[in-house]
Amino acid sequence: MSWRELPIGGMILEPGNSIARRTGEWRVLRPIIDQDVCTRCLICWMYCPDGVIKVVDMQYRTSKGRVWSFMLEIDYDYCKGCGICAEECPVNAISMVEEVK
Amino acid sequence: MKNEIRIRGVRDLPREELFAPGHGLCAGCTAGTIIRHLLKISGKNTIIVNATGCVEVSTTLYPYTSWTVPWIHVAFENAAAVASGIEVALKVLARKGFIDSSKEIKVIALAGDGGTYDIGFQALSGMLERGHKVMYVLYDNEAYMNTGIQRSGGTPLHSWTTTTPIGTILRGKLQMKKPIADIIVAHRIPYVATANIAYPIDMDQKFAKGLSVEGPSFIHVLQPCPTGWRFDPRYGIKIGKLAIETAMWINWEALEGDFKVTIRVPRRKHVRHYLTLQGRFKGLREEEIEEIQKYVDLEVERINKLVGEEVIGPRID
Amino acid sequence: MEVLESPIKQVRIMLNSNYAVAYAVRDVDVDVIAAYPITPQTGVVEKLAEMLANGELDAEMIHVESEHSALSAIIGASALGARVFTATSSQGLELMHEVLHIASGMRLPLVMSVATRAVSAPINIWCDYSDLMNVRDSSWITFIASTAQEVYDTIIEAYMVAEDPRVLLPVIVAYDGFWMSHMYEPLYIAEDRSHVKALTPRRDRIKLDPLKPITMGTLVGPDWYFELKYQQVTAMKEAYEVIRDYDRVIGKAFGRFYEPIETYEIDDAEIAILTYGGIYGSLLEAVDKLRAEGYKVGAIRLRLWRPFPLNDLLRVTKGISKLLVVDRAISYGASIAGPTALEVIAALYRADSGLDVVSYVAGIGGRPVTEADFQNMFKLALKLGRRARELGTLYWGVRGVSYEE
Repeated sequence: MSWRELPIGGMILEPGNSIARRTGEWRVLRPIIDQDVCTRCLICWMYCPDGVIKVVDMQYRTSKGRVWSFMLEIDYDYCKGCGICAEECPVNAISMVEEVK
Repeated sequence: MKNEIRIRGVRDLPREELFAPGHGLCAGCTAGTIIRHLLKISGKNTIIVNATGCVEVSTTLYPYTSWTVPWIHVAFENAAAVASGIEVALKVLARKGFIDSSKEIKVIALAGDGGTYDIGFQALSGMLERGHKVMYVLYDNEAYMNTGIQRSGGTPLHSWTTTTPIGTILRGKLQMKKPIADIIVAHRIPYVATANIAYPIDMDQKFAKGLSVEGPSFIHVLQPCPTGWRFDPRYGIKIGKLAIETAMWINWEALEGDFKVTIRVPRRKHVRHYLTLQGRFKGLREEEIEEIQKYVDLEVERINKLVGEEVIGPRID
Repeated sequence: MEVLESPIKQVRIMLNSNYAVAYAVRDVDVDVIAAYPITPQTGVVEKLAEMLANGELDAEMIHVESEHSALSAIIGASALGARVFTATSSQGLELMHEVLHIASGMRLPLVMSVATRAVSAPINIWCDYSDLMNVRDSSWITFIASTAQEVYDTIIEAYMVAEDPRVLLPVIVAYDGFWMSHMYEPLYIAEDRSHVKALTPRRDRIKLDPLKPITMGTLVGPDWYFELKYQQVTAMKEAYEVIRDYDRVIGKAFGRFYEPIETYEIDDAEIAILTYGGIYGSLLEAVDKLRAEGYKVGAIRLRLWRPFPLNDLLRVTKGISKLLVVDRAISYGASIAGPTALEVIAALYRADSGLDVVSYVAGIGGRPVTEADFQNMFKLALKLGRRARELGTLYWGVRGVSYEE
């Protein structure tokens, strides 16, 4: 790639293209959300520094028969494993397990 | 408040993420959380002016950017000056018909304690004096973190930093944390608030209010930093909460000079609960911890007197 | 009132160079001005403020709290696509130093006028070019004007050059502090400024826009920085041709054709004297006087400083055997302390030219440089011959400094 092809001034023209960097590779511990225990309070979603907890509109029926209209899912491509979600979950639905590749 | 977004709870927050992952902020860096919330409140019609610092270098390492709104960085000390230029340009260009005047584009200056308390103070004070309609968000991690944890005007008393080590003769930072938000209140701008990432709804309401006033606003957000404060990354929010529970940090707002504490603490904890969780306060002697406690007690007394009510209660231990 | 019949109708008016700047900035329909007062630039900002107060100019002035903020503010405004302006001198230019590099690195078409003034310490508010010479590596296109007329014309040209998509580099227009900034001269300005506005149409460029969000001012590592800086190298080089294009546009519109290097009585000259700024007027007088004494001497005026007009210099110096370069700044510790002399010698080296160059430094700190000074510098250079080169740079008019045995 030559100097001619770069936008001048070091400008980045594509918004949010940092998604090309898979920061999930930093992880030493991986958060796992137990959808059965989760009360959908969205506290983990609020606190995640990387915004990798996604609200997914998919029904989930718990083992006790409660039906939720959405689930919380973690994008492991980018999750750095900081553990804030696990620490803040009021019902301990998130556990941090060792990342095994 | 014209156009103020009403946030009553988490369900009022937009789902869309305007801050993309893949940035280089430390694992557990609560600045990432602050930015996510800030952009959810301000929306797509926002221009961010970022001073040099952790956020700037971690989120825009060429050729990658995590920003999906227009973003500009110029230097360390001039976020407020650049934001002033942008605010004025928007006005003139709309007046001359070069840009669509129907859309309100919000201008937000985003800087750390380095670029605000110290090197950035002149530009900030000038911007406030001129009354530009810019919301200045200070993410305060209490040291020059980006260059490797050196002390700033915002570093608290007795905190370790690389330039204020806790040694045998000199005991951490020897000066008090500069009361930056109080100084900003003295500038008589429409809205000043302190916030804490551990209390995101309160913070979001303050962002919304700051964006809605006619004139400058200043939101000072405590941003716990695992790397600089020396704690396990999972405790960022917990430490933020302890800051409030010990009154090391008080969440207040001043709307047109009307002062109000927004997070009351009926029974507060000894500062020890906050300090011992952080490596930057390791090795402090009992009398130094009590000295920190004394200044917190004085500040609590001052705040309660200002409000005219005991909004921050007595210590339980 | 004398009216000049040219494609753009002009009227004759008395202005000092500071006010000439203000009128030109008004005529190009600037959007945002941010400036901090410093002697001897103050007239520029004061006149613009007066124009704003009377509704003569539709723009906004940001009364920034320092020059560093002045340049920062107009960077912000320019990033949004606005047409911007600032003015300064000396210490103000020094204070904005880091932002100068940032402005050119971000490829923003800013325009700044500099009423040149000596740099502290000691503090000195009078004219020399040490402030301008100090910023020569900041990648700003730089013009040095010698008359108030030229100041007016060149400010207008500066916007054309800066905003050209082939360039997108900021531009400085410099002129003598006090000697020109405060001295009234007759000049022609456009009678109807809408003609000037039409001459400088807005052009599309990449800017901050919520509909097309970009990230500006990123952190660039060793892997990409050099390529981005090389873009500036080539933009600066290509700017020469762009400047020549707009010299012709200005010429056709106003009837005044400028060259990057201008000459007087050069055709049969054996020796020439090169200088820049306001003292060129005195040099012209000196050339007439020397010619009357029988010397075959010519005058050369440097108008374009950056990018340095290498080929123009080589062309005008083709027939001469000796060139005196009179600088008004000092590059301390350099082999040749006159910055322009150093530049000229480098240019001649590239052409493998054997032309003898004598470097003079004069007029430091506002000390006047008269016709008599030029005549005497000329005669001294002749007397010294080869010794002048060995001495390196001759400092003219310093008490206690003499080069004659």
